[in-house]
Amino acid sequence: MSEIHSETSTHTAYVRTEMLPEQAPPVTAAGPAKWVRENLFSSVGNGIMTILALYVIYYILSHTLGWVFMGIWDAGSLSECREIRDGYIAEGRWAEHTEVACWAVLSDRWHQLLFGFYPPEFYWRPILALVIFGVALAPVLFDNVNRKMLILTLLAPFICYFLLWGGSIWGPLVVAFGFVIGFACIKYGALPLGALLSTLAAIVLPLIFWLFLVGPITGVLNSIAPIGIEAVDSDNFGGFLLAFVIGAAGIILSMPLGVVLALGRQSDLFIINKFSVIFIEVIRGVPLIVWLFTASLLLNYFLPPSANFDLMLRVIIMVTLFSSAYIAEVIRGGLAALPRGQYEGADSLGLNYWQAMQLIILPQALKISIPGIVSSFIGLFKDTTLVVFVGLSDPIGFSNLIRATTDWNGIYWELFIFIGLCFFICCFGMSRYSQYLERKLATGHR
Amino acid sequence: MATLSDPPQKSFHISQLIYDTRYRSTTIQVIAFILIMAGIWWLASNVVTNLATLGKDFDFSFLGNRAGYDINQMLIEYSNDSTHARAALVGILNTLLVAFLGCVTATIIGVTAGVLRLSKNWIVGRLMTVYVEGFRNIPLLLWIIVIFAVMTEATPQPRDFRGEDAEASMILWDSVAITNRGIFMPSPEWGANSMLLVAIFLASIVGIFVYRSMARKKQEQTGVQSPVFLVGLALFFIPTLIAYFILGRPVTLNYPELGGFNFSGGLQLRNSLIALWIALSLYTGAFIAEIVRAGILAVNKGQTEAASALGLRPNRTMNLVVLPQALRVIIPPLISQYLNLTKNSSLAIAVGYMDVRATLGGITINQTGRELEGMLLLGLFYLVTSLVISGGMNLYNNSVKLQER
Repeated sequence: MSEIHSETSTHTAYVRTEMLPEQAPPVTAAGPAKWVRENLFSSVGNGIMTILALYVIYYILSHTLGWVFMGIWDAGSLSECREIRDGYIAEGRWAEHTEVACWAVLSDRWHQLLFGFYPPEFYWRPILALVIFGVALAPVLFDNVNRKMLILTLLAPFICYFLLWGGSIWGPLVVAFGFVIGFACIKYGALPLGALLSTLAAIVLPLIFWLFLVGPITGVLNSIAPIGIEAVDSDNFGGFLLAFVIGAAGIILSMPLGVVLALGRQSDLFIINKFSVIFIEVIRGVPLIVWLFTASLLLNYFLPPSANFDLMLRVIIMVTLFSSAYIAEVIRGGLAALPRGQYEGADSLGLNYWQAMQLIILPQALKISIPGIVSSFIGLFKDTTLVVFVGLSDPIGFSNLIRATTDWNGIYWELFIFIGLCFFICCFGMSRYSQYLERKLATGHR
Repeated sequence: MATLSDPPQKSFHISQLIYDTRYRSTTIQVIAFILIMAGIWWLASNVVTNLATLGKDFDFSFLGNRAGYDINQMLIEYSNDSTHARAALVGILNTLLVAFLGCVTATIIGVTAGVLRLSKNWIVGRLMTVYVEGFRNIPLLLWIIVIFAVMTEATPQPRDFRGEDAEASMILWDSVAITNRGIFMPSPEWGANSMLLVAIFLASIVGIFVYRSMARKKQEQTGVQSPVFLVGLALFFIPTLIAYFILGRPVTLNYPELGGFNFSGGLQLRNSLIALWIALSLYTGAFIAEIVRAGILAVNKGQTEAASALGLRPNRTMNLVVLPQALRVIIPPLISQYLNLTKNSSLAIAVGYMDVRATLGGITINQTGRELEGMLLLGLFYLVTSLVISGGMNLYNNSVKLQER
């Protein structure tokens, strides 16, 4: 009896009647210690890599941080910078042989790096143009913006052109009217003329209008009502303003051309298909710098002797053709990604080619290819630095000009870092935006 | 019971050209062809008029004339008495040299960075992210200029190597000098019998491939694995080394020596080449790193797990299961990165490297005034190079792509 009792009592001693409170995990299995263990020292090789990486980071930062943050911001020339530095060293505030950055070159010349030789009293015009450009881009980039803003998007190129170059207001207006003619041909000509003839009219009529009528009409309107603001010459554009103008003009103008080329490459029509393929492959096979030299050396050969385009316009034409080939390939990928059923669905609704493209195919294809388009915009924006070789003063060109002055002769890193940082901020922002779009679109497809 | 009747014969209307789908596509093509031809004719006639007003003709005979300028780096014989065509060839070889070197190092850098970016080590992963984002988002031109500035500003001058307690010293057992005029390194001197040595080396490389295919056949037939890597390593070094000493050291090294104002002897890698090479490699490497990362991530995790379930070791899983599938995703964008690198090598203009754009597209055009012909040849060269690279890589791509029915 006692044995049994003792047995049950030993049993009951092991039965727990209440839950134990949760305990914190051991120090090595939680919190920072665990994180360090798992992420930095999970194995011997990993530990060696961590230490090596830490040493590299220490080495780089120890050599640059002091140089960057002790930099001198207030001086008129490089020699003045050095005097200030030597003064501090003589006072004993800094150690011997301290090297510091001379950021004064930026506080002295920032306006040139940003605007080039654009007249300072008109700096508000490019800034306003940039704001309008940003607002006009909003409905394209974010879909929770009011759709009516798209009207501004269509008008923005003309407003921005007018703000940047100035001059008479009638030029951009009359050119814009050419697009209205083309649009009217597609919209109202389809019924009486049929799809083919109206498309042809939409291509030919505006071309005739731009080639033969724009000049006289603008002249007449100017003599009746000379409205406008002071004109700024293309030669005055420089620095990041130039990079932005060439980049933005290139991407805006190349979008429609790229869409047309992509459709041409997807087309069943033999001649159109082959010409699109040849155009795209030839443009993509040759480096941009060769095309830019072609623009500066040869484009005048291909145009009528009377035409006299300035260099910036020629470069914009070339950059547009160049980037349209790349955009065409991106959009072709989007078109190819669409299921066959979308085309068949459009056919079964009885839509004609342009209606099907406009209402069903292109919206979806463009939506898929937005990340690719953004990355080709990043590439284009970076490539605007190449215009320095045909004599335009982009930021790198201006850094050379600034170094050529006696005040700032011999300064390198400060200018390079500033230019690199500006490009980095713009391009990194754009790439982050395209990643955001990718994530957003990915949820839409699953 | 003939249900098919002959098509109506004489009912063709002009309007059918537009409304009948049988004829419409032809109509569209004819109109497009006429428009395109009109455009081309317009451009060509402009060229003809403009050339006539300038008093120029269209003629490639300038290629046979004396060039009259010097090129500081040449892979083949060239002097300023050579022809413009020869100068263009020197430039072409220089372009191909830097493009080839760049492609090789960019692949090494890119694959390393791409794999490291996926590593479990947090700091290394972040460091690689900084590298990739930094190089991808800043123009290549800026990188070339920056690296060139480092090469010319931060390195010692040749005269700093002079004297007993010189400020600078040569590295790697006094054989390589890094100066602001370039890197001087030993160059091989080919003596008698050296061709025999080269032949033995080539034969041993062929031997490695033969041995590998034999080992594979043996494994497929019997399942026995042979030590491929170790035998390959031995074949690579041992026969050549033995032959080197038996033949009495036919190949010697010519060391650079300081004399006068500069180093002489050995091989000089100019700063322009090095800056262009490093910048192109680092810049393209950042893009390749992203491609490699995406390729590895694209392989389904289930594939690794299935390989482990079959009992494969991790390195065999990587070599036999993950990498072949990742390569399929990696190769097409990799081809376009090689093309980009080759085209970007034309940025040599920023550092004065004498590539084809500098010789044919630069000095030759300036001297002869043949812009149209020169630019045409230059564009043609790049076009052909691009097509050859993409054609060759596509062949390789076809050999590794998924075999579908």
